[in-house]
Amino acid sequence: MEKSEKPPLERREEAGMTVVVKTVTRLTVGLIFLYGWYIVVHGHLTPGGGFVGGIILALSFVHLTLAFGRDAAEATLPARVTGLVEGLGALLFVGIALLGFLGGVFFRNFLPKGEPFALFSAGIVPPANIAICLKVGAGLFSVFLALVFFRFDWERRK
Amino acid sequence: MMVDVLLILMIVGAIIALEVKNLLSAVVAVGTVGLVLSLVFLLLQAPDVAITQLAVEIITVILLIRATLRLELPQSPLISRPVGILTGLCFAAVFLILLVPGLKELPAFGSPTLRVAQTYLDQGLADTGAANLVASVLLDYRAYDTLGEATVLFAAVIGVLTVLRAQGRKGKQVSKGAEHGEE
Repeated sequence: MEKSEKPPLERREEAGMTVVVKTVTRLTVGLIFLYGWYIVVHGHLTPGGGFVGGIILALSFVHLTLAFGRDAAEATLPARVTGLVEGLGALLFVGIALLGFLGGVFFRNFLPKGEPFALFSAGIVPPANIAICLKVGAGLFSVFLALVFFRFDWERRK
Repeated sequence: MMVDVLLILMIVGAIIALEVKNLLSAVVAVGTVGLVLSLVFLLLQAPDVAITQLAVEIITVILLIRATLRLELPQSPLISRPVGILTGLCFAAVFLILLVPGLKELPAFGSPTLRVAQTYLDQGLADTGAANLVASVLLDYRAYDTLGEATVLFAAVIGVLTVLRAQGRKGKQVSKGAEHGEE
């Protein structure tokens, strides 16, 4: 029923890719992760923001998952933690919005605005960026895990 | 000029994605369309949108490749090819008849009818303190819209997880493979 080359292919996909890919990944994945945080934290100063930064952070974990396989990814960022982080991001964003009632309105910019072009400026914009980043990044990564690995599960069971 | 060339490239890529038989080639062609679109955004001086388009496109292509590569999708169309082409032409004609009057009403490129953007440009820095005006619109002036967008994404993630997980669990309980059709 199964072709002779199918089990090795699946095992290879769960164990990751070749040593070349693994070495390059080891060198680049940290940089991608840092770049994602840079985009998030500087969202109110330069192009970018929570949404893109979150996607880049998710991409760094996708990179890791594809290169090193499912077990390594599970050890770095368990699926349960992904769900928790996404919920945390959503709650943080709504929390920031609700804290605006301190000034009387939903989403009021209640924090001090600070110097323009400074890293700590613009009131609620940087915290909201971080909240969006957690939500989007964790959400997309869990979609990736679902689409890639749940399929492996039921394909293997067949 | 440059933008026109890129737009034509996008149309060509989309047609290739539709016509090519191999699923992986189709995904690559769709990826080309997205990457060229991000270049177009960059040329139109919208770096925020360009970065977003680039990152979303990369993760989309990865998801599409991983999700579709080993699927054996049926190749035979539901209707015969002449009928399909005729139907497509009819729909295109109706679409164009409705579209052309609408396009004539549009303001010229780069001169919007709404004046609200000028207010953001003038007072954005003073109102929000954010040097990136896109961020100040997204997370301060129009933060409520961003909340809606985040909700949509949340619902999409929950939907994907629910649908796929139900299949996985059913496969565990019900006889194996019965849920997923033949082979």
